[in-house]
Amino acid sequence: MESVVFIFALIDCCALIFLAVYFIITLSDLECDYINARSCCSKLNKWVIPEVIGHAVVTVLMLISLHWFIFLLNLPIATWNIYRFIMVPSGNMGVFDPTEIHNRGQLKSHMKEAMIKLGFHLLCFFMYLYSMILALIND
Amino acid sequence: MAQPAGPAAACRAQGAGRQPYSNGPVQNQMMHSSDAQGYNPAVPGSYSHQKVPPHQPSGQYNYSGSPNVSQFNSYQGPGQTLNRPPVAPLSGSPVQQTGPVPQVPPPALQNSAAISSAGSFPPGAGPPMLSNWQYSQSALSHPAGTPTSHLAHGMGTGSAQPSPSLSGNTNPPGSYQYAASPGGPSLQNSYMKPGSVPPPVTQPLTPLHPPRPPLGPPPVGGPPLIRPSTLTAGPPNAQPLLNSAANQEGDATSAASDGSAVQNSYDAIEGGGLMATPHPSPAPPNLKMNRNVGYSYPALPPGYQNTSPPGAPGMQASALQYPDGSKHFHQPPLGTNHLTASMGSLSLQQEGLRPVNLLQERNILPTTILQAPVPNLHEDIQKLNCNPELFRCTLTNIPQTQALLNKAKLPLGLLLHPFKDLSQLPVVTSSTIVRCRSCRTYINPFVSFLDQRRWKCNLCYRVNDVPEEFMYNPVTRVYGEPHKRPEVQNATIEFMAPSEYMLRPPQPPVYLFVFDVSHNAIETGYLNTVCKTLLDNLDLLPGNTRTKIGFITFDSTIHFYSLQEGLSQPQMLIVSDIEDVFIPMPENLLVNLNENKELIQDLLRTLPQMFTKSLETQSALGPALQAAFKLMSPTGGRISVFQTQLPSVGMGALKSREEPNQRATAKEIHLTPSTDFYKKLALDCSGQQVAVDLFLLSGQYSDLASLGCISRYSAGSVYYYQSYHHKHNPVQVEKLQKELKRYLTRKIGFEAVMRIRCTKGLSIHTFHGNFFVRSTDLLSLPNVNPDAGYAVQMSVEESLTDMQVVSFQSALLYTSSKGERRIRVHTMCLPVVTTLSDVYAGADVQAITGLLANMAVDRSVSATLSDARDALVNAVIDSLSAYRSSVLSIQQPGLMAPSSLRLFPLYVLALLKQKAFQTGTNARLDERIFTMCQVKNQPLVYLMLMTHPSLYRVDNLTDEGALNINDRTIPQPPILQLSVEKLSRDGAYLMDAGSVMFLWIGKSCGQSFISQVLGVPNYGSIPQNMTHLPELETAESIRTIAFISWLREQRPFFPILYIIKDDSPLKSSFLQNMIEDRTESALSYYEFLLHIQQQVNK
Repeated sequence: MESVVFIFALIDCCALIFLAVYFIITLSDLECDYINARSCCSKLNKWVIPEVIGHAVVTVLMLISLHWFIFLLNLPIATWNIYRFIMVPSGNMGVFDPTEIHNRGQLKSHMKEAMIKLGFHLLCFFMYLYSMILALIND
Repeated sequence: MAQPAGPAAACRAQGAGRQPYSNGPVQNQMMHSSDAQGYNPAVPGSYSHQKVPPHQPSGQYNYSGSPNVSQFNSYQGPGQTLNRPPVAPLSGSPVQQTGPVPQVPPPALQNSAAISSAGSFPPGAGPPMLSNWQYSQSALSHPAGTPTSHLAHGMGTGSAQPSPSLSGNTNPPGSYQYAASPGGPSLQNSYMKPGSVPPPVTQPLTPLHPPRPPLGPPPVGGPPLIRPSTLTAGPPNAQPLLNSAANQEGDATSAASDGSAVQNSYDAIEGGGLMATPHPSPAPPNLKMNRNVGYSYPALPPGYQNTSPPGAPGMQASALQYPDGSKHFHQPPLGTNHLTASMGSLSLQQEGLRPVNLLQERNILPTTILQAPVPNLHEDIQKLNCNPELFRCTLTNIPQTQALLNKAKLPLGLLLHPFKDLSQLPVVTSSTIVRCRSCRTYINPFVSFLDQRRWKCNLCYRVNDVPEEFMYNPVTRVYGEPHKRPEVQNATIEFMAPSEYMLRPPQPPVYLFVFDVSHNAIETGYLNTVCKTLLDNLDLLPGNTRTKIGFITFDSTIHFYSLQEGLSQPQMLIVSDIEDVFIPMPENLLVNLNENKELIQDLLRTLPQMFTKSLETQSALGPALQAAFKLMSPTGGRISVFQTQLPSVGMGALKSREEPNQRATAKEIHLTPSTDFYKKLALDCSGQQVAVDLFLLSGQYSDLASLGCISRYSAGSVYYYQSYHHKHNPVQVEKLQKELKRYLTRKIGFEAVMRIRCTKGLSIHTFHGNFFVRSTDLLSLPNVNPDAGYAVQMSVEESLTDMQVVSFQSALLYTSSKGERRIRVHTMCLPVVTTLSDVYAGADVQAITGLLANMAVDRSVSATLSDARDALVNAVIDSLSAYRSSVLSIQQPGLMAPSSLRLFPLYVLALLKQKAFQTGTNARLDERIFTMCQVKNQPLVYLMLMTHPSLYRVDNLTDEGALNINDRTIPQPPILQLSVEKLSRDGAYLMDAGSVMFLWIGKSCGQSFISQVLGVPNYGSIPQNMTHLPELETAESIRTIAFISWLREQRPFFPILYIIKDDSPLKSSFLQNMIEDRTESALSYYEFLLHIQQQVNK
């Protein structure tokens, strides 16, 4: 059972890693002027909800399967994701707003955020991998 | 003989030449500032030799007609070319250096030649002579391979400007259309000059960056200078050149200008020096001067004319002066604290640093309009610098590092007014626009020329090649002087863009009007006013034969109007499906204005009556906008929306969010849009090059915060007329009329983009204004209008070590209403400093206030209003405490501020009391948001007036110190502090708040003022809603009216004048502007200072 949980977590984590990389690539495209703000933001906003859900699922899964440490590790990032999603002002077009993204260094902070997430997911990836192998051996 | 001395002499000559030339850049300044005033075509010859001091305030310029002094003199210019063939880079030697002997024959020669040519081309006979243009000849006069350019100079841009002042121009635009002349087979470049050519010769270009190889080091090109063979080489070429030169003379308004002989000599001096290129032809500047005479700033520094002896003696005299010139040239002036030459501005900056105890100095407000500080640059560079009205930086001394900037606690940013109406704007038509190959910066006055063929970009420091075409200067018609091209002589210039700058062929100007015709809208009666104004100005809409126009009206349904040719009257098509809007017919909704004018006029006449019986109260603004967008998207253009209430049905319907009872509390007010519908639509519009301008005329809350997005991101503008009603509020009606007229007739640019570049190391991180930031530094502006201002914030990314100066360049690419693609480029250069005290010394308090206001608007939207207010106060506290702790050596009691920032607390207090940021119950939400829109979108000048109005006492105007413009005497009363204490009951005071003026009449105001200015017998009989001063034949009345209309002429919109008495309802608005006084919810100025002092000394 435990191995199934971790296999799922591993797959989910892979998806999140890809997503983080995609965010970074798209944002740096914007930074380098390869795409315009409008298309960049509509691309990214599409993936905000899948990201929130993907991460929330792992977090909840860890809570259910009583892996406290991993749950607590995931909690802050998951909370941040949800908070960020909820706190979008009514007039904005999503977490990434094309009219704001070039202002007040928002692009940079989005980039930083995506980098941190990438690092975090990589860490998680190896943790799940280790736990999965451990679980498989135990089985 | 002169050979060994050649190069040196040349550079000296140049140096010597510089002195008299100091006028050039001044003219440059005038070029911008003389906008709209000071044009006096009616006084020909009024700037005869002695009259005009080189430094007149812009307002006083008499742009006179041509003085026509002596034709023959002027032809000495061309004549001299005989000696100096235009084979410049190959050979050529300034004759004057070979001694006086060879000079003798030439003048005679030239004179005779000139006479003959002058005879055949009488002045003013421009157009007929076009056929005589010998382009081939002029081509002959250049070595093979030289691109010939030709010079067209006329009203190129002027014609696009509605400015009536241009009418002073004595030359019909037609007479300048050389560009179109068939003569020039070999043309590649043409240089068009509207109105005037700012004398490029006037500024010997000096190396900007001493550490780098200087600009035109005389030795580089030295050798060819001294080839005696040139003398013989000269004559053959000379004749053609002379001819063409003479032709050109003929084309100029005046065939001759006064003192031309002098110019020649002076030109010779100049030409001999710079770049060590033998100046082959002294004629061009002369020509240019002549051209200027018509309608431009006075081309010649008159003082100069008097001081130099004419003709050949002048040359000798100047030759004598060579020695002292050389140092000047070799020691390229620049940057800060370098040279004695910059001492003037240095002391000025020191003045900026003088500590002022704000608590003790009662009268810190200057009595005249505050001028922008002058950057501490060498005067030669400063003269070339961009006009502060167009381009302004908050810190005229740029801190070297981010750490230093952080220490100063002042915001670093730029305030731009890039599309301002200019009466003098050089326009260049050239097959190649010279730009840096790596950063795409346009060549500008602050680049440095390493040698003849290479220039170094002043933004990225890349070394670029000078293209072949650029070697030829169309103004002076000289080869080998890239540094004298107009591009390198003007910080503000416009290029005609070739087809590489177009994504698609220029689209026709398209105007679509969208009217709200619900019951509520009809009640206000706005449609009458708008249709009538539109009808009156239909012919004045900027455009060409392709101009298209269309109309949409809406209530709960959308009505289209088919204006098909052949219809006897417009046909209305109603679309009631507002959920899925479609365009009922593919064409004839947008029709050619000229071809269908009668039908359009018919529609405009009937439109106001069509809906008088309408009972529909709903408003489907969102679907109407969608329809308008669909209609416009193939071409782009301008949508003008008139809305009178909260949109209630269809997409984009809004709910009322204002709660009047909660106005007092600063929190929980809705400054953010409630839906992203309008933002999305605006971005769609922006993508299709459509701009939406919103006219909101409403009594109740209409959620401008949400509606405004449609204009904000599509680069439109917002107009708000609170409680508009045709009967109950006649003042608003007049305001709408005047503003609409300006709106309809002002210049417009379509499909525009703007890029702001700055020197490597600086980066722009935030933009303010109405536009969409499409990519990092590219602002997408579907429409650009001359009344819009922009601001950006910058940071110092990399330390600016080793840099003496930094430059900023804004380039605005747009399609004019005539269908031309143009690029307007402004470049500004500022010094870099390393100490905190220098940063403070160069602070521009108005620009800082303007930028802070923009930042505060952002803050109030993203956080809360009280946050924004705190941030404003903290900005003052932080900067003053940083000044106190880091700059002041002696700690004195009191609140010390550098003199440059002495008005900072006052202006911030004014911001806090402004409608956008004030607390208290009197600001309605829409009004507050409208003010915020204005803060974001207005140029600094008007923003400052809006924030801190000027108060004048007008009941005792005298002619003392008055300005004299166009035979009008304009009294200049001192500006008073905004405090009730300055008002007295027996006076009358004028408050100029930018878009509105108040004339407050004291209760016991002098009887003479009331009867002679207001035209009523006594105080009691002054009518309640008086908005006009009667034109009476009394001296007082004339003075007052002259003063008020002078104030009005300075701005593009029409400020309404309210005449108020003690019991007027508007008195509170007047008193609200008394910024230094205490109000129920805000501190007085003194209390505010005490508060700051307390915080600073903590």
